[in-house]
Amino acid sequence: MPSTQPVTVNLGPQHPSTHGVFRMRVTFDGEEIVDVEPVFGYLHRGSEKLAEERTYTQVLTLTDRMDYVSSMLNNQSYILAVEKLANVEPSPRGVWLRMIASELQRIASHLVATGFLIQDLGALGTPLIYSMRQREYILDLFEMLCGARITNSYLRPGGVYMDAPEEFWPALDKVLLDVPHAFDELEELLSANEIIKSRTIGVSILSPESMVNASITGPMLRAGGVDWDLRHRNPYDFYDQINFHRPLHNSSDNFARFWVRIQEARESVKIIRQCIDKIEPGPVRPSFDEVPRLLRPPPGDVYSAIEGSKGELGFYLVSDGGIAPYRCHVRASSLINLTLLREMLIGELFNDLFVSFGSIDLNMGEVDR
Amino acid sequence: MTDQWKGIVLGKMLNQILPGCLVSTNKYDVWIKNENLLEVCNVLREKEEFKFDLLNSITAVDYIDYFEVIYHITSLSKNASAVIKTKVGFGRKDPSLSSVVGVWRGADYQEREIWDLLGIKFLSHPNLKRLFLWEGYPGYPLRKDYITYDQSIVTDNK
Amino acid sequence: MDMIVENNIFRFIYCNLVNTNESCSDFGNFLGILPLGFEWLAFLISGFLLCFIYINGILGAVILSIWGERRLYGRFQNRSGPNRWGPMGVFTSTADAIKVMFKEDVVPVDADKFLFNLAPVLMVFPVFMVFSVIPVGIGTFVVDLNVGLLFILAVTSLSGLAVVIASWASGNRISIFSGLRAVAVLISYEIPMALSLVGVLMLSGTLSLNGIVEAQKIPFILLQPLGFVVFFLASLAEINRTPFDLTEAESELGAGYLNDYSSMKFGIFFLAEFAATIGASAVIATVFLAGWKGPEILPSHIWFGIKLILVLGLIVWVRMSWPRMRIDQILHLAWKGLFELTLINIIVTTIMISIKPDPSVNEMWIMAIINWVICIFSLIIVSKFLNRSVKDNFSNLKNTTPYPVGTEKIKSSFINKKEMVN
Repeated sequence: MPSTQPVTVNLGPQHPSTHGVFRMRVTFDGEEIVDVEPVFGYLHRGSEKLAEERTYTQVLTLTDRMDYVSSMLNNQSYILAVEKLANVEPSPRGVWLRMIASELQRIASHLVATGFLIQDLGALGTPLIYSMRQREYILDLFEMLCGARITNSYLRPGGVYMDAPEEFWPALDKVLLDVPHAFDELEELLSANEIIKSRTIGVSILSPESMVNASITGPMLRAGGVDWDLRHRNPYDFYDQINFHRPLHNSSDNFARFWVRIQEARESVKIIRQCIDKIEPGPVRPSFDEVPRLLRPPPGDVYSAIEGSKGELGFYLVSDGGIAPYRCHVRASSLINLTLLREMLIGELFNDLFVSFGSIDLNMGEVDR
Repeated sequence: MTDQWKGIVLGKMLNQILPGCLVSTNKYDVWIKNENLLEVCNVLREKEEFKFDLLNSITAVDYIDYFEVIYHITSLSKNASAVIKTKVGFGRKDPSLSSVVGVWRGADYQEREIWDLLGIKFLSHPNLKRLFLWEGYPGYPLRKDYITYDQSIVTDNK
Repeated sequence: MDMIVENNIFRFIYCNLVNTNESCSDFGNFLGILPLGFEWLAFLISGFLLCFIYINGILGAVILSIWGERRLYGRFQNRSGPNRWGPMGVFTSTADAIKVMFKEDVVPVDADKFLFNLAPVLMVFPVFMVFSVIPVGIGTFVVDLNVGLLFILAVTSLSGLAVVIASWASGNRISIFSGLRAVAVLISYEIPMALSLVGVLMLSGTLSLNGIVEAQKIPFILLQPLGFVVFFLASLAEINRTPFDLTEAESELGAGYLNDYSSMKFGIFFLAEFAATIGASAVIATVFLAGWKGPEILPSHIWFGIKLILVLGLIVWVRMSWPRMRIDQILHLAWKGLFELTLINIIVTTIMISIKPDPSVNEMWIMAIINWVICIFSLIIVSKFLNRSVKDNFSNLKNTTPYPVGTEKIKSSFINKKEMVN
């Protein structure tokens, strides 16, 4: 029996499928992964430092650029923290509008995640383009709402920047009709294709205990059968007035993670429909007398988290009574979900490396900030 | 709705189990001595009445006189959360703290991030290397006395 | 000389150069530029010209096929594809080819220079050699070898060598992965590929591709469905197309063994790859779809072209819709699936031939029906067998106790009452 020698390969930061500029030092024994060491920091822009030099509203633009495929959710998380810090009472219409926007963003984010799974599996772009096409319609809606497609900065302390235009509502109805079909299509691609099933089922299994211990949250945790969704367990905004189902899967493998994402996006459609039913005319944000443009929250600290598309997305803000946060920390779910990367990958084959990595659904903008 | 532990109650209970670990409490937060941190975290995770199995976030703040490390923890089974704080590095002299990676694995990257950006050393961390910046980067950017490039241009002319 | 004489293009050029009695005068009037006694020169020139025409034809076909594939990819993906340069963007690949030639040629410091430069040549050689034995129309081929099928099998395995040399000579670890995968896939798939052609051999009784085309009273895809399926999959593996594109797994290895190649060396690899795709389609069209044979309404070359494009389209379709398989699955498929299928095919064909050594067309149709039934049944059985491990894994995971969430309550006196709305 000839002895084999492990070989260490550097994958990234320039690599077609590391979802950005991620770098891994991987040791292989043949095709089998022996060791993985992630290397971060290629997209580090110092958002937290920059936030200390900006007013509370200006920091919003930095949050857009963190996780750039779910910027509405970042906005929402940050604005909730600011509202809690400055004791701002939001306007109901503004809250409903931002819930609609963030659920649309969740659908878009899950579409991207699912499309990239099939891309990482080796399909040459077709499923990715199918899901990206659907995402375009959602981005068109954002363009109607705030004029931007990716870096929205739509939310403001107490509500949203401005009311939705008239043509937004019929367009939203059309998208809500289309999206379930797109997910039917994607789900058929995912669960009716023998190759995808045989490659994702039973690969990179994590136990629920180890995931909770490693602070992994979001669809990854729910794919392990842990019923932990902040929208349900700790409802923020008006999620306590909404009925929705939390999809769970208990096999905790790559297939389960993407199955959960698809089902969750379907639930988002239902949530948006309920929001449309409950929204009523009114101001979308408090007047500037109530909530001034230049917020000066009382000294103190606050941690507020929402259920982002990738997991618990939290902001820890410290105020010293000034116009800029004294400290702004982001609990980046993408970064923390990577904690068990090594455990996920060791023992798997090279072909599954990027599939498992992609099933975490991370975004380098959020990992490195 | 996730229940928020009262800081006073949690502080008293912790002080009963580990006498002398408590520094002060407030409505939401519990300040504990930094030497007792690891024991307190073990108690919070293991004891039946706490069962804090999820570490939401670790972060640190530079308050000029000292550094404060903040632990946001949640118990999934009780759906309750609490905030534990500890002060380290009085006088800005080599702040260090014991690592909680052995208690909550999720602390791994977050402690490395704090070491990278605020320079708080986590003793017995398995792999305490800088996370975002490279080895040999001068200073710790999130400290308040860190001079950025822009500031350095202005201050040099004085 | 006997086998070359039937070659129409060759005879046309040769007889216009030297009008010899024994091979030319029976077929019409030719110029005969050179005097008698210069047959060797005429042979040389006409051989050279024939190869020249063939190779340029292949190059043109490659350029066109790249354009066609990109158009098709566009249609599959709800977009237009290349449409700017020339009518329907037909010159896009020409522009790409010119661009590639003018790029800087980088040779890595770690590379083994000689082998690094040799690999593209080694890659492109066998691909062109495959075409030499394929009859494109009646009497249109370079050479009609009486061992043509064996020649193709022998020559295609050479391209694996080129891949290994390229990957090793680059001095790049990611490339070496690609080379090792190429060897594993090549060795595994050579065997089912060769065995899948045994049935065809038994039916046609010859290894010459012209003979095989002549022997197809009905296309062999009807008589040899299992052989076709196995040969199609094996040739997908040989030319590194999805779902077997491990060598160039873009989402894993970047460009695999091509990582360090630039400029025209990359261009040659690229060309060889697409030419290999056309070559594989041409072999499939010849062996299983009756090559240039077809109703008299169209000339034989057109029939061949239509069949070639059909097979190419099928390959593109597969590439656009299927993801890649894992390396262990690919090797299992070769050894546990395709190998068995070829053995079934050989046994069934042997029994049929021993019962009816020289079947008529009607008897061939009956054989075809029996073969299709056997094909479908054996495919189902083999796929069930291959799929078993996946199902077992899935069922084991269902029985886990859920992680406790929100099962207990803490005393209400311990809780801070929320003051905020949020």
